[in-house]
Amino acid sequence: MTVVQIREESDIVRARTTAKEAARELGFGLVDQTRISTAVSELARNIFLYAGEGEVHIEELNNHHGIRVSFIDHGPGIEDVDLAMKDGWSSVRAMGKGLPGAKRLSDRMEIHTETGEGTTVTIEKWLSPSSKLRIASSPNPRGGPSLT
Amino acid sequence: MLGISSIPILKLRDFLIVSIQIDLHDRMAEQLQQDILEQISQTQAKGVLIDISALEMVDSFIGRILADTARMASTLDSEIVIVGMQPAVAITLIELGLSLGGVRTALNLDEGYELLQQTLEEKASEGQTSEEALAEEADDGGSD
Ligand SMILES: Nc1ncnc2c1ncn2[C@@H]1O[C@H](COP(=O)(O)OP(=O)(O)O)[C@@H](O)[C@H]1O
Ligand SMILES: [Mg+2]
Repeated sequence: MTVVQIREESDIVRARTTAKEAARELGFGLVDQTRISTAVSELARNIFLYAGEGEVHIEELNNHHGIRVSFIDHGPGIEDVDLAMKDGWSSVRAMGKGLPGAKRLSDRMEIHTETGEGTTVTIEKWLSPSSKLRIASSPNPRGGPSLT
Repeated sequence: MLGISSIPILKLRDFLIVSIQIDLHDRMAEQLQQDILEQISQTQAKGVLIDISALEMVDSFIGRILADTARMASTLDSEIVIVGMQPAVAITLIELGLSLGGVRTALNLDEGYELLQQTLEEKASEGQTSEEALAEEADDGGSD
């Protein structure tokens, strides 16, 4: 697992670059790499803007199944998740596309939040069977066991 | 010209050309917007080509900056064309739910340049027709 600390604004760039690189190594195609880095950019920015600081955890799902990225902060929490998930809703008059957009760009998204405690958002992107085949038939770039 | 954003803005006749070659962090994007608008008003540039072919992603923040810059430029009587957006970026932008509404885009610098020329010609002829219409009205007034 790779951890990217979010403390300053440039850490948003670090988080999305690291996630994109991880996705590429796992065998995701360019469009999926872009989906992942865009979702990570949105959710890492949310940590920076609304919680001040936190962590982004990037990990591989079992058996090259895909990638999971978690965004963990101990900020104020999200008061009304349904409202926050609404397209275009923003408490700061921003675009309001981060949460709903990240959900559309990933295969699965979960939000755990408690007012005053913090927020954890987790997204997953799964490799399609065809990209798994590509990994199985090409030399494993990381030298680990390859898919059978 | 090097603005504070340290992204070069080149002037070519009536146009400005900006090529974003680095991964933009938020403050840098805001600074670039300011630099471009300042250069437009200083040089009276009629059009700006912004090459984003090296941008690996456009999220809602950068998307908003691009759209805002285009809108503000047009209030300064300058037209912005975004060129070279990678297909993967365009697809992702749509899924993110962002429309760069009203922002002109072109595949590459060549096409962007043509689009700018065309837009400016249309603007000029529109200007002419409204001048002609005014002249006609004045004529009508005279013949009464
Ligand atoms: N990590 C977080 N902690 C607290 N509030 C958050 C967090 N992430 C999102 N929010 C809230 O959810 C709202 C919607 O987020 P988002 O969809 O990213 O839109 P935007 O950031 O443009 O406002 C934010 O305006 C903010 O109020
Ligand atoms: Mg956001």
